[in-house]
Amino acid sequence: MIKSIKDLTFEEQMLPGTPACAGCGGLLALRHCLKALGEKTVIVNAAGCFTLLCVYPFTPFKSSWLYTAMACAPAGAQGVRDALNILIKKGRLDEKEDLKVVVLTGDGAAYDMGLSSTSGAIYRNLDFYYICYDNEAYGNTGFQSSGATPFGSKTGTTLPAELNPLGSELSKKDLFEIWRSHKPPYLATISPSHPVDIANKFKKCEGIKGPKLFIAHSPCPPGWATEPRLSAKFAKLAVETGIWPLKEALYGEVKHTLIPKKFKPVEEYLSEQGRFAHLFKPIRQEEAIKNIQERVNRYWK
Amino acid sequence: MLGKMTKQMLTGNASIAWGVRLSDVDYIPAYPVTPQTEIIESLSKWIREGQMDAGFVTMDSEHSMITAAGAASATGVRVFTATSSQGLMYGFEMLYTVSGWRVPFVMANVSRGLSSPITLEPDHNDILAARDTGFLQIHCETCQEALDSILIAYRLAEDKSVLLPAIVNMDGFYLSFTREPVEIPNKEIVREFLPPYKPTHAFFRASQPMAQGVAVLGGHIYSYFKYQMHMANNNALSIYKEVSEEFKETFGRGYGTVEGYMLDDAEYVLIMSNSFSAMGKAAVKRAREKGLRIGLLRLRLLRPFPEEDIREALKGRKASAVIDQNISVGKGGILYSEIAGVLYNEKQRPLLLSFIGGLGGKNISDAEFDFIFDAMMNAYSTGNVPQPALLYTEAELEEMERLKRVAGKG
Ligand SMILES: Cc1ncc(C[n+]2csc(CCOP(=O)(O)OP(=O)(O)O)c2C)c(N)n1
Ligand code: SF4
Repeated sequence: MIKSIKDLTFEEQMLPGTPACAGCGGLLALRHCLKALGEKTVIVNAAGCFTLLCVYPFTPFKSSWLYTAMACAPAGAQGVRDALNILIKKGRLDEKEDLKVVVLTGDGAAYDMGLSSTSGAIYRNLDFYYICYDNEAYGNTGFQSSGATPFGSKTGTTLPAELNPLGSELSKKDLFEIWRSHKPPYLATISPSHPVDIANKFKKCEGIKGPKLFIAHSPCPPGWATEPRLSAKFAKLAVETGIWPLKEALYGEVKHTLIPKKFKPVEEYLSEQGRFAHLFKPIRQEEAIKNIQERVNRYWK
Repeated sequence: MLGKMTKQMLTGNASIAWGVRLSDVDYIPAYPVTPQTEIIESLSKWIREGQMDAGFVTMDSEHSMITAAGAASATGVRVFTATSSQGLMYGFEMLYTVSGWRVPFVMANVSRGLSSPITLEPDHNDILAARDTGFLQIHCETCQEALDSILIAYRLAEDKSVLLPAIVNMDGFYLSFTREPVEIPNKEIVREFLPPYKPTHAFFRASQPMAQGVAVLGGHIYSYFKYQMHMANNNALSIYKEVSEEFKETFGRGYGTVEGYMLDDAEYVLIMSNSFSAMGKAAVKRAREKGLRIGLLRLRLLRPFPEEDIREALKGRKASAVIDQNISVGKGGILYSEIAGVLYNEKQRPLLLSFIGGLGGKNISDAEFDFIFDAMMNAYSTGNVPQPALLYTEAELEEMERLKRVAGKG
């Protein structure tokens, strides 16, 4: 376990120069995850923003990459993992050539379309990592609401309007609990604002065979209507307000890895983001803001 | 060299399973669907009993199954999988995707009509929907052919000038559940024809990082890779001829890209595919006994489409009729269009008639075949080609009327 960012490795697995937006929180989270995972990985990706990290003939990764389709990255991981095992068992591949298999998807794939293939992979106890960068909407198609979109968020398909001033009236699914109900050996939430926590969580599950699952809260400047330079701040505020709890579950037992000493009011997190601006002006939607605060209070009680 | 061979009564499904067992397959992602399930049950049993050294995993859907098959193949193992109808449709997105990965695995499709209405019996709308995906396609008439085609399919798919996945197709029920005497070749001899898989193209490993399935920006890049697939698929035509020649030398049986039946001196040609061709052959035989010069052309290799061989087989004929066991709703028979395309620029081409028959496993009776033969001869003598027609008997229509009355729609 490390204590400070000074203890993070300088070694990078993803090199600069990707086509992701400036201030992409997901990319920052991914960078820290890959630092922890090291060089011998194959990333199996589903359709989303990060599909465009590898555009012919370039790749920012030192390791391997396989783009599948939106619903089935965990199934791709199954094929790669099983094939590597078979090749090693049959003596056709040196064990030194083995790779960690890492699924990388957005929340749209993770919370919605890819649930069947993810559920299958966890059920089969597939030895893999899953990194979901959760920007709380379908980002690559221009930020429409997904199963991860929080209550009150404006998206391309939940515009606050006269008949519905709230934006999204539905609540974010609890993917952590959906995954946990499958009893994977390890799962965790992470945030790009807490790289030490990320490094320690990867360390903790190192060597565990089976699914190791990570949900990264991921500020998304164009979708959240925030300034690129403030992404780390919003990621941090989400943790400090209690909206994004940092936790892990080792063999099902949930533990919070950071409990804020004093919770900031959710308003601090919400009010500066364009996607929640309609909750504050032209008319302050007191009920909605209260509702969001109460959800957080209920969670931490 | 023929070696010692054994003959057993096998269903079409068991024949496919035997083909896989003999092919030193490493990995089988699976998902059940009637009428294919017997294939994966047989394979799973053999693996559990230690008769096959392969990984077997039941996936959560055909979409996942085809993904896993492609991903494993991209990692360097020999892969088999199987599906049918609704399953093929459910995985459809991944057919295009994995063929673009240029992964040479083999999949069996056991044809079954598509919902709705939901049915279990065969026609070819499922497999023909996959005709543009990049997969090679071999369509079988007999159980022996189904077994043999698995071996041939691996040779074709894995050829370094091809590197595309292949589908071996057979009809549900009519072949999948029909027992025929099948020669199960000796494994050692199969190994000579199809050695264990040792791919030399790129695959995932720590010392050789690779980005696979990457995005492209720009039509010129997309066009380049798409057309590469087209050329590779077409390469399979000449490779097919070499491979089937070698197959014949090794096993004493051969299969052309198309099969001619009583074709040599035929003036009229019936064109069919898959197991219903056996009914067509019986009808041709009867017609021959009456002195009519009719033959049958069975389409076997559907992708790549053997245009030259079809043109050659139809040269100098008076008329030809395609029985499409499929319907492109709003257009008609799919293979009719494809064959018309093959013939269009020929100076002397036979008249071409189109029939839709055998949808959802509907029988094609003697009378219906006779009707087609008459139609061909009539078209030739009058020069008038009839409109495309559905094969359907009066008795069937009467029965349908009765059912409608029962349903309260009479
Ligand atoms: C089967 C299918 N349906 C729809 C799409 C269109 N699509 C591409 S990316 C995307 C958004 C994915 O959202 P998410 O998983 O949240 O990742 P993000 O874009 O936010 O990175 C969608 C809907 C697709 N590629 N495939
Ligand atoms: S849209 Fe959002 S998630 Fe996608 S690359 Fe840009 S910042 Fe990242």
